[in-house]
Amino acid sequence: MDVVWLARVQFAMTIMFHFLFPPITMGLALLITAIETARWRTGKDLYRRMSDFWLKIFAVNFVVGVASGIVMEFQFGTNWASYSRFVGDIFGAPLAAEGVIAFFLESGFLGLLLFGRNKISSFVRWLAATMVWLGSTLSAFWIIVANSWMQTPAGYRVVGGRAELTDFWAAVFNPSTLPRYTHTIASAWVCGAFLMTAVAAWYFLKHRGSDVARASLKLGLIAALVSTILVFATGDRHAKQVARTQPAKFAAMEGLYSTAHGAPLILFSLPPSQQGRRDAPELMITNLTSFLAFGNFQAPVKGLEEFPEDQWPPVAATFLSFHNMVILGNLMLLAAIAGLVQLLRKRLEKSRFLLRALFWIGLVVPTLAIQLGWMAAEAGRQPWIVYGLMRTKDGVSKIVIAPEVLTSIVIFGVIYALLGALWIYLLRKEIIHGPEGVAIVDDSVEETPRPLETAPVY
Amino acid sequence: MLDLQVIWFLLIGVLLAGYAILDGFDLGVGIQHLFIARNDRERRVLLNSIGPVWDGNEVWLLTAGGAIFAAFPKVYATVFSGFYLALMLLLVALVLRAVSLEFRSKVESTTWRGAWDAAFAFGSFLPALLFGVAVGNVLRGVPISNDGEFAGSFIGLLNPFSLVVGLLSTAMFVTQGSSWLSFKTEGELRARSVSVGRKAWLAFLALWIVATIYSRFEAPHLWTNYANALTWIAPVAFVIFALAYPFVKGVKSFAISSLAIIALVGIMGQALFPNMVPSFGGLANSLTIRNASSTPLTLKVMLTIALAGVPVVLAYTIWIYRKFMDPVVLDEHSY
Repeated sequence: MDVVWLARVQFAMTIMFHFLFPPITMGLALLITAIETARWRTGKDLYRRMSDFWLKIFAVNFVVGVASGIVMEFQFGTNWASYSRFVGDIFGAPLAAEGVIAFFLESGFLGLLLFGRNKISSFVRWLAATMVWLGSTLSAFWIIVANSWMQTPAGYRVVGGRAELTDFWAAVFNPSTLPRYTHTIASAWVCGAFLMTAVAAWYFLKHRGSDVARASLKLGLIAALVSTILVFATGDRHAKQVARTQPAKFAAMEGLYSTAHGAPLILFSLPPSQQGRRDAPELMITNLTSFLAFGNFQAPVKGLEEFPEDQWPPVAATFLSFHNMVILGNLMLLAAIAGLVQLLRKRLEKSRFLLRALFWIGLVVPTLAIQLGWMAAEAGRQPWIVYGLMRTKDGVSKIVIAPEVLTSIVIFGVIYALLGALWIYLLRKEIIHGPEGVAIVDDSVEETPRPLETAPVY
Repeated sequence: MLDLQVIWFLLIGVLLAGYAILDGFDLGVGIQHLFIARNDRERRVLLNSIGPVWDGNEVWLLTAGGAIFAAFPKVYATVFSGFYLALMLLLVALVLRAVSLEFRSKVESTTWRGAWDAAFAFGSFLPALLFGVAVGNVLRGVPISNDGEFAGSFIGLLNPFSLVVGLLSTAMFVTQGSSWLSFKTEGELRARSVSVGRKAWLAFLALWIVATIYSRFEAPHLWTNYANALTWIAPVAFVIFALAYPFVKGVKSFAISSLAIIALVGIMGQALFPNMVPSFGGLANSLTIRNASSTPLTLKVMLTIALAGVPVVLAYTIWIYRKFMDPVVLDEHSY
C-alpha cells in the first residue's frame, strides 16, 4: 500500500479522534468558569454542586484529550519528517509556545481545581477555573496559528529547500489565523453549551429534574444560542477570507466549476465530481455566493476550471463536509431558539418532544459539525500540505515504510476504539449518577426517581 | 561562545532535565505501585500522590518535543522518523498511563481496577525504559545517511549499550519515585517504598558505572570534551549527590535525587556537545547544533518566549506544588 496514503489515514484518524475532546474541554471550561464566578460572588451551594458535577464530566473528557494529544505532538516528526524539515523554522515555534504559554497553565491549575478543592478558598477556586479556561483557549490559539500557516503561509521566504522565518508576527497573524481562531473558539463554545443542555434535558426527560439540572439547562441554552450566532458571524468572516486567499478551496467548498459573475449558492445537489461538472438537478439561489463571499451580488467568483486539475482539492469531500456543516449549524440554531423560547415561556421542562430533540441534537450534532468543519478545512487545502508551497505527498517521512505505518494504524485504531468506548461508558455513568445532593424539583414526577445504581466510588 | 544555538542546546537540556525530574517520579511511582501497595487503599494513595501533578509534569515532554522541533528541526525529523516503532510504543504507553489514572477509580470492580493497575504499571515502565534506550542510542550515535536520514533499524536500536542506559533510566526513575513517596506517604507503605528506592538507587549507581566504562569502548567520541578540566564538575557533583542520597530523608532526598538527575543530564550534554545526534561509525554525518538548527531569527523569537514564559510557569508550578507537599489524604475528590 502507498505510504503517503497510509500516513494520511493515520493522521486523519488520530487528529479526528483527538479533536472529539478539545472543543468540549474549551466549551465546558468557559461554562465552569461562569459557574465558579457565580459561586464566588454569591456563595450559593447550588453553584458548588453544579460546578462539582460539571468538573467530573470535564475531567473524563479532558484526560482522553490529553492522552490522544500527545500523539499529535510527535506525529509530525514520525510520519511527516520531510515536511518537518521544510517548515521546522516556522512551524515548531507555535507548538513550543503552546506548551510554555498554554499547556502548563491548563494542566497545573486543573490539578489544583480537581484535587485541591478542599484546600483552597473560593477565590482561588475561581482563579484556577479561569486559568484552566484561559489555558485551553490559548492552546487553541497556537495550534490554529500553526495550522493557519499551512493554509495561508506568510512571513517567510524559501531558502535552500526550507521555509525560513522573516517576520514572526506576520507568520503568527497570517491572513487566516484570526478568522479561523474565532470560528473554532465559537464552535467549541457551541460544543460545551449543547452538551450541558443535552445532559440537563435528559434529567428532565427521566423525571430527575433538580436545581442543578434546571440551572444547567438555562445556562446551556443561553450559551448555545449566543455561541451559535457567533459561529455564523465568524464563519461568514472565515468564508470571505477563504474566498480571497484560497480560491481553489472556496470553489470546491461551493461546488463551482466555472468562473461566474454572480455565482449561485448551491443548497442541495448530488456530490460534485472530480471529473468536472455533471448534469444533475441542483437547488440553488442565484448570485448568493458572490454576495456572501464579496458583498456584491455580481462579484466574480473563480471556479475550479481556473486551476490545473492537479491542484484541485478532493471536490466531493470538501463540498459535502462544508455543506453538511452549514446544514447542521442551522439545525442547532433552530434548536437553541426553540429551546430558549419555551424556556422563557416556562414550558420547556414539560415539553418532552423538545427535550428529546435537545438531548439528541446537543449530544451528537455539535461534535459532528465541528468535525465536518475541520474536514472541509483540511480536505480543501489538498493537494498541498503547505498551500501553494509543498505538496502533501512530498511531506511524508522517506524512511518510514508502509508496513510500519500500517502497524501503528492498527495499534492506534484498537486503542482509540477502546478509549472511545470507555469515554462514552464513563460519561454515561457519571451522568446517570448525577450531581451530588440535589433537590429534585420536577413537579411532574409520576414515578419516584430511580435509586442510584451504585454508590459513588472515589 | 554563548550564541543562540548553544543557548538552545542548554535550554533543551533544561527541559529534558525538568521532564526527568518531574515525570520521572510519576513513572517511578507507577513502576513500583504493583509491588509496594498491598490493598486498594494503598494503591489509591499512590495514584493520588501524583494525581494533581502528573499531567503538568508530562507537559515538560511536550514542550521539549516542541522546542526540539522549533530549534533543531532536522534533529526532530531524523530522530522521530528514525525511531518510528519505538516512539509508537512509547506513545501507546503514555496514552495508557494517562487514562489508567483517571479511569481506575470510576468503577468499583476488582477486575476493572486490576486491569487499570496493570495498564498503569505497563504505561509507566515502558516509557522509563524507552527514554533511556533512546538516549543511549543518541549518545552512542545512530547511522545517518549522507542526506541526513536515519539509516538504521528498529532491532539495531536495541543494542546492548542502549539497553544498559534504558535500565539505568528505569532505576533512576524508580529512585526518584521513592524520593517523592518518602514524603507523600506514611507508615508501612512509606517504609516499603523507601526500601525499594534503596535497591533502585544501588542499581542506578552500578548501571551508571557500567554505562560509563562501556562508553569508553562503545562511544569514545563522548570522552573528547572531558579533556577540559571544567567539564569534570558535573561528574563530581553527580557522584557527591549519588553518595549522599542514602543519608537524607523526605523532601531532602527528593532534592538530592533531582540534583543527581540534573548532574547526569549535564554529563551527557557535555559529552555530546556540539553534536545533537552523532552519526555512528565516524562523525561525518552527525547532526550538530550548527547544521541542524533553525535560523537565528527563530531562535531569538523562541528565546524571548522562553524567557518571558518559563519564569511565570515555574512560579505558579511551585505555588501549586506547595499545596500538595503533605502526605496524601483521600477525600471525595480523590482518584
